Amino acid sequence: MFNDANVIAITLTLKLAFIVTVLLLLIGTPIAWWLSQTKSHFKGVIGAVVALPIVLPPSVLGFYLLVALGPNGPIGRLTQALGIGTFPFTFSGLVIASVLYSLPFVVQPIQNAFEAIGPRPLETAATLRASPLDCFFTVVIPLAWPGFISATVLGFAHTVGEFGVVLMMGGNIPGVTRVISVQIYDYVEALEFGHAHQLAALMLVFSFVVLLALYTLNPTSRKIK
Amino acid sequence: MSSGTITARFNLPLPGFTLDIDLILPSTGVSVLFGHSGSGKTTLLRCIAGLERASGHLSINGIDWQTNNFFLPTYKRPLGYVFQEASLFTHLSVMNNLKYGMKRSKGKDLEQSLEQSIELLGIKHVLNRKPDKLSGGERQRVAIARSLAVNPKILLMDEPLASLDMPRKQEILPFLERLRDELAIPMIYVTHAADEVARLADHLVIMSAGKAVASGTLTDTLSRLDLPVHLGKEAGVVLQAKIIEIDHQWSLALAEFEGGNLWIKDSGFQLNQAVRLRVLARDVSLSTEPQQQHSSMLNTLPAIVNDIATSEHPALRMAQLKVGNSLLLCRVTARSIVALNINSGSSVWAQIKSAAFIE
Repeated sequence: MFNDANVIAITLTLKLAFIVTVLLLLIGTPIAWWLSQTKSHFKGVIGAVVALPIVLPPSVLGFYLLVALGPNGPIGRLTQALGIGTFPFTFSGLVIASVLYSLPFVVQPIQNAFEAIGPRPLETAATLRASPLDCFFTVVIPLAWPGFISATVLGFAHTVGEFGVVLMMGGNIPGVTRVISVQIYDYVEALEFGHAHQLAALMLVFSFVVLLALYTLNPTSRKIK
Repeated sequence: MSSGTITARFNLPLPGFTLDIDLILPSTGVSVLFGHSGSGKTTLLRCIAGLERASGHLSINGIDWQTNNFFLPTYKRPLGYVFQEASLFTHLSVMNNLKYGMKRSKGKDLEQSLEQSIELLGIKHVLNRKPDKLSGGERQRVAIARSLAVNPKILLMDEPLASLDMPRKQEILPFLERLRDELAIPMIYVTHAADEVARLADHLVIMSAGKAVASGTLTDTLSRLDLPVHLGKEAGVVLQAKIIEIDHQWSLALAEFEGGNLWIKDSGFQLNQAVRLRVLARDVSLSTEPQQQHSSMLNTLPAIVNDIATSEHPALRMAQLKVGNSLLLCRVTARSIVALNINSGSSVWAQIKSAAFIE
């Protein structure tokens, strides 16, 4: 049904989305917890920084990342000095960019779920001898479970659907950075509408199924966005 | 600090007032923290639990839980805590709620302590349910059992009945009385309901604007005339008594207290049974004559007027009476005080219209 180029693009996209989602849950959960519990003055600032990708044009985020991680950028110099090389136009660079780009879509549902729990279950657990870490795993995570499901689905789907950041940061290297959305762009540029239709339809069905699942299985997630 | 007591000294500025406490509570029985909402009683309980962090000092039976440079976190304090709302974990069954704290507690006989709590609170039939399938009263009973299953050294209860309606409250009160009578650990109980004080308290602390304005045994504290918190219609004393005679013909029982005998309605008493009687100030009247021949009054006792104080209404006076070794409160009109020429030190007859049996 799909040609080799398409299969490569689909596989690459799924691999990227999977890795990014796992990283997002690992990074996003502590951030969401901090944001939900803190009374610090920095809460607003950190919250805004995390939410930036929601409103920022992806090309802007991609541009800054390209500059910062590039050979002459501050982070790029550091990574070169450490012998890691530079990230732009590599799969790792794509992962970094995608994590930043999809972060709010993971942090916010989890943060909302944490906030909805309120202080009482945490206090109850403390009076029942549970240390804060113990309480987090045995009370907070089970109670916030719907938030984690929303976060996983949204993080995965959002990574699959990104385009601007990928193009700026990853370029268009088959098998390395050419994900489905870039592949579609290529087909359209080359006026190969037939191929473009196949992938576009795939994305449409995928996105619809994801949102349908989210809204029907987990009705409370509707208020998240 | 001395062992065998609970000493608490806290200072915590709050919006509106400052919690400023220096208290010694007995390490046995039920100490009730009583006061209006906003008096700081719940905050004090939360400080004892470590849920609120005030500056100060706390030691329980000689073991420091908080000093100037030490603060034992809540999860390391061997306490049981019951919140106003049951606060069960909704993702766990009743049984797993009960076991949550137990699994994390040290001590032998925890299984037995769990069995006992289940038995004591009568919740065997709901163990496999989820909390949202329980009635309000059942939920609160599970919460109490859960706090006991950790084998606590002290039980803290924050208005456990306040969120329940009257029938549910009546459902749980007997369980709380059983706890008081069967547990060997001290209980600190927060409430703003005078009837719960009368039924449960051994020691009474009255809170007002962040301070403990009175602290003493229930009998002493309730019989004070200078109580800063007006109990209004609920003003009255609690007497410890013993059933010494039962009159089956008229369904009456004679209760002996330190000061005399009172006839009360027989509630299926046993001879020699210890009972707690509540005598409200409005149910006591004064007479300068002994028992009138044509009176329906069953209980008339000789008394000495200790003191007379103003009451919440200009027409009313509150008199403290000494009956044997016990104190009674009596609410009379100012006019009667003058008409009968009653002063401090007068010998009078106290007519007790009713004495409610409260346990």
